[in-house]
Amino acid sequence: MRSERPPVLFVVLAAIGVAFFVLPLVGLLYRAPWETALDDLTTPEALTALRLSFVVSLAATALALLLGVPLAWVYARVPFRGRDVVRALTTLPMILPPVVGGVALLFAFGRRGLFGQVLDTVFGIRIPFTTAGAILAATFVAMPFLVLTVEAGLRSMDRRYEDAARTLGASRWLVFRRVTLPLIAPSVFAGAVLCWARALGEFGATITFAGNLPGTTQTLPLAVYIALETRPEVAIMLSLVLLVVSLGILIAMRDRYLRAF
Amino acid sequence: MRAAIALGIAATLVLGACAPSPPSSPMPTTSNALLAGSITVFAGSSLTDAFKNAGDEITKTNPGVRFTFNFGSSSTLATQITNGAPADVFASADDANMQKIVDAKLTDGAAMPFAENRLQIAVAPGNPKRIAGLADLARPDVVLVLAAPTVPAGKYALESLTKAGVSAKPVSQEVDVRAVLTKVSLGEADAGIVYVTDVKSASGRVTGVDIPDQQQVIARYPIAVVKDSKNARLARGFVDYLLSPAGQSVLAEFGFSKP
Repeated sequence: MRSERPPVLFVVLAAIGVAFFVLPLVGLLYRAPWETALDDLTTPEALTALRLSFVVSLAATALALLLGVPLAWVYARVPFRGRDVVRALTTLPMILPPVVGGVALLFAFGRRGLFGQVLDTVFGIRIPFTTAGAILAATFVAMPFLVLTVEAGLRSMDRRYEDAARTLGASRWLVFRRVTLPLIAPSVFAGAVLCWARALGEFGATITFAGNLPGTTQTLPLAVYIALETRPEVAIMLSLVLLVVSLGILIAMRDRYLRAF
Repeated sequence: MRAAIALGIAATLVLGACAPSPPSSPMPTTSNALLAGSITVFAGSSLTDAFKNAGDEITKTNPGVRFTFNFGSSSTLATQITNGAPADVFASADDANMQKIVDAKLTDGAAMPFAENRLQIAVAPGNPKRIAGLADLARPDVVLVLAAPTVPAGKYALESLTKAGVSAKPVSQEVDVRAVLTKVSLGEADAGIVYVTDVKSASGRVTGVDIPDQQQVIARYPIAVVKDSKNARLARGFVDYLLSPAGQSVLAEFGFSKP
């Protein structure tokens, strides 16, 4: 490795780039009401939002694991026509504006939506304005992170272990459970954590599809948005919670995060 | 460079101050040279259609002007302005949020009331749930959405429900009054309390159910030029137009009443 002096222009531009991301955080820290921090975080509205966000993000992650791991397996192992198109469709929420996702969810699962109508008239189930709706919205935007990470893990694993197990007479399900899953466990874990972090920060799809009601659908980001107008201190403290969690995850997962993409 | 800009602003301010602009003049522009340039107007979301129309009317006689509108809940807009958002005009759906700007010494001249609005219950077209008044909003089979209590429309809605002695539980507190209207027009909610003007602007996608006078809350809309506007003359011209008979008739067309 040779180490050369980096060009000054690059260092300057890079420093501006860093400042662009760091300054907003500094601004947030600067405005944070440290003296009343604990009081602000333990207001009923803050606690309600924290509790709900915890439930919603964990449920979304569980749902994403249940559907996402098999989906990633299919992407990695089953070559079928149009796989790239299907993968693109299920990855879309990563770059789609979440509000658009929320509108689309309404047209599908809303009371007048394509499937929502059936759910309502046949089963009496209504998803918008419920915690289930908030979970669906979070899953919609967060699951792609899990799927892509797990698929990358499956593609990079050594398949000879699976072959060996099969020749020794293990069933496919046993191989998946005892060989594949342990081998890709780091990817599954990394994907789940990324998925959870994204679910925790979900705003646009939630407010569009699930609405905003404290204790039912008002997750942390929604509470931040509402509190900003009346209780800015609470909004800032809740923002800091989200920030610390997200930053902690990114630092802890730096190797896996970079490897996955 | 900076001096030149400062001079330009000073000249604009002096011109603006000299320009006779009695609120009774039909168009503030007829008495003087044409308005020019562009301004950004921050306005409560209930003003969306009326202000766009007013902007178009002014542009008809002053082809050189351009309006950029930022519609949202008055409380969000007030927060944005006090944090330095580049607004030239602020129109609020209530006095409380205008007061935030006044308190922050960010207005240029007094805030003037320019319109009033009333509440109405928005329901699905044809009113399939047969909602006759506020009392029906407490029915368990009625899915109700309100604006969040932090935004004017939500605050007024709660006042109105209190006046009627109705305790109704909304399934959602939407971020602004237009979001309430959307949820009703999409059929996700059976009813929402919005402004008369919102029902009018939805043109048939929702039906309005009147709220009697004794349960009504009148929303009073103040408007002000924001301090340090880069085009104070046009900002003042926009405000004066809204206060003029021509502007008032545009507002009336969209369901607003005179203050």
